[in-house]
Amino acid sequence: MLPRDLKSEQFSGYPQEARRLVTNDLGTLQRLPLSFVPSLLRELIDYDFKFPAERKALEKELANLSSLSAAQISEWFRGFAQISLSSKLEQFDWVNAPGQFVEQLSAHLWTTHQLDAFREAATDYADRLHTAVPPEAPPIPRLGISVIGQGVDSYDGLLFRRLRPHGTYFRRIKPENGLKLLLDVVALRAKSHPASYGHWYIDGAKDAPHDGALTCVSYERLEPMRAALLRKMQAEITRPGMGPETLRSLMAQMRPEDLGVEKPNDLVLTRFQIKLLAEGSGTQVFSTTFAQWAAREALRRAQPLTLLVRFAPRQQQRPMNELLSASADRLEFDFVGSLIDADMGAYYNWLNQRRLPGAEDSSFLVWFEGHSSVLAVGPSMPRGTESNTEADFAKLLSWMGLRVPQG
Amino acid sequence: MVTFGGGARDQETFAPEGQENIPHLMREFIPQASFFTQVVNRGILGHYVATASLATGVYETINNFASLPPEYPTVFEYFRKDLRRPPSDAWVVAPSNGFNRIGESKHHSYGAGLGAMVILPKHLLASSMSGGRTDLEHLLRDNYETPNYSPQLMGNEFELEQLETILKLSVDDFKAHARTLSSPDELSVYIARRLMRQVAPSLLWITMHDIDIAHAGSFSLYIDGIRRTDRLCSDLWEAIQSEPEYAGKTTLFILPDFGRDADDDSGGNGFQHHRTGDALSRTTWMLAIGPGVREGVVFDRAIESTDLVPTLGAMLGFNPSLAQGRAIRELL
Repeated sequence: MLPRDLKSEQFSGYPQEARRLVTNDLGTLQRLPLSFVPSLLRELIDYDFKFPAERKALEKELANLSSLSAAQISEWFRGFAQISLSSKLEQFDWVNAPGQFVEQLSAHLWTTHQLDAFREAATDYADRLHTAVPPEAPPIPRLGISVIGQGVDSYDGLLFRRLRPHGTYFRRIKPENGLKLLLDVVALRAKSHPASYGHWYIDGAKDAPHDGALTCVSYERLEPMRAALLRKMQAEITRPGMGPETLRSLMAQMRPEDLGVEKPNDLVLTRFQIKLLAEGSGTQVFSTTFAQWAAREALRRAQPLTLLVRFAPRQQQRPMNELLSASADRLEFDFVGSLIDADMGAYYNWLNQRRLPGAEDSSFLVWFEGHSSVLAVGPSMPRGTESNTEADFAKLLSWMGLRVPQG
Repeated sequence: MVTFGGGARDQETFAPEGQENIPHLMREFIPQASFFTQVVNRGILGHYVATASLATGVYETINNFASLPPEYPTVFEYFRKDLRRPPSDAWVVAPSNGFNRIGESKHHSYGAGLGAMVILPKHLLASSMSGGRTDLEHLLRDNYETPNYSPQLMGNEFELEQLETILKLSVDDFKAHARTLSSPDELSVYIARRLMRQVAPSLLWITMHDIDIAHAGSFSLYIDGIRRTDRLCSDLWEAIQSEPEYAGKTTLFILPDFGRDADDDSGGNGFQHHRTGDALSRTTWMLAIGPGVREGVVFDRAIESTDLVPTLGAMLGFNPSLAQGRAIRELL
């Protein structure tokens, strides 16, 4: 089937809001090439479970598409239209399983050496969309904080190497009450600029006491879900005919009830958390990977105004079958390895924050927890410099132009 | 032939900031080697299919996760058929995630009986542990991209009982030595050295895989894998110099199968995967070292992964007639 043959009744299996959105814009979808439409449907089918920023972006994208003339459609999608698809792909139920279609499309593009052409078409489309529908600037400059190295007494290696050219390295910041103060700063921002899913705290272990205004995701809180998922994976892999693609598809279709989460208070956040564990690679076994991936996905999807990520020690490397067994026996931590993971993770957090609107005004801070080493990036921070000035966190944050709670 | 893998980026290897991770390659190899800074892989960036492409000189399109032979003749088949070499003269030592079919294609003019013998050290170790011991499982880490999946083994595979007959190694000694090792690639190099001593094949292909732990998202473990692979390359070169059958008459090629995704490509997640098909994931390096190879020379022109087999053909005197690449003139 091709997009031009789409009918509204084919979307009866979509969640309510997604169905409304798609059927309202059915005429638009019918004008687009098959190499593009399932990718859009993959996002739309989850519309009911998406963060506000994602919903708004999808609505704007659909509105823009519906405003294009036939000539503009032809121009915008020339690259996609030139992608050659197989009849097997055309016959696939891409309306009800767009995610699986996209996986098969990806394999097809690699096999037929069309991946580069597809990348070019996708980049061209994204550039056009960005120009036609410029992303909105955030109401306040974004702030990202990464806290790394929990449990490490000393480290001789060079930290923040990739971030140093972009900010100021402070070597004498008093660490006392650092985490509490940083969480208080995040809470203050959440209260003074309330926004749904606008202010996040992600922890690679047990979350520290924090204000209820924050959206919190912690590895420890997800332990029951993680254990249930690993049991599912172990059970599925023993079934005849199970291969990596099938397993990946099954994982991508996990629902809260499949993992023992009945009637979640926050379905959007619960679905987000399931995706972190079910679709992330390594998130099930290494807390450092989880924290980095959770931050990446939160930034990409929710576009928060504030994000504090606290990395925690991950377990030592063991044979993969042991890591996946979810057994707490013999659990030993690799503290220095986790610091190195988190140092890179902090760099990725900064990169991902920079991809969001308002990057030039945003600030970023990474702290070696319990120690006096901090690197700060922001409009008021000189780049590629070091400071020996002794200061506490409140002073440092004020230098960055951030409001600090009184008392 | 050593594949430095699976998947290593320039910035953690030969780029200035990565050179601290490869002290052996930098100090011991580069001064004596011809080094190619741009080896482009235009094929599918999956480890098995990319290794098959390296071995055939054709961008293969077989399923990366299935136990399938390459479509086109491998370098081992060209070598053995054209030069009339016996089966014992071409060997592959490889990780066990599907690489068991890498030695022999299904091409009608080559294929059955003309390929390389394949040793899967981890599979051997697993067989030797069938009694239930678990203290060697750290050497069985495998298939980091899809950790729960390993295809059925089929093909020209080396069996446990051949340890004794071919490698002159008892199962007990094999297990005892394995206990002194810390990673699957160390086990592969141990087997390769044993093979060089006992069989001395003219064509030996070793596929490293520890680096692919990067898929689990741990940067420190990825770097550990690179440093270990660097050290193992040095061990292999030392073995080549110390074995009479190889010393002074062996050329060694080292190259990753491909790179990994760039940090600045929003479609990926940096070093973790090789899924975007961006330039960094497609472009890697290669070094060649040995008699007749120009020493201490760096070549910046782009070559392709598929150029390897035609180059080996030109150097060894066989005709890889179906390979798509072109012999690298700087090595001839």
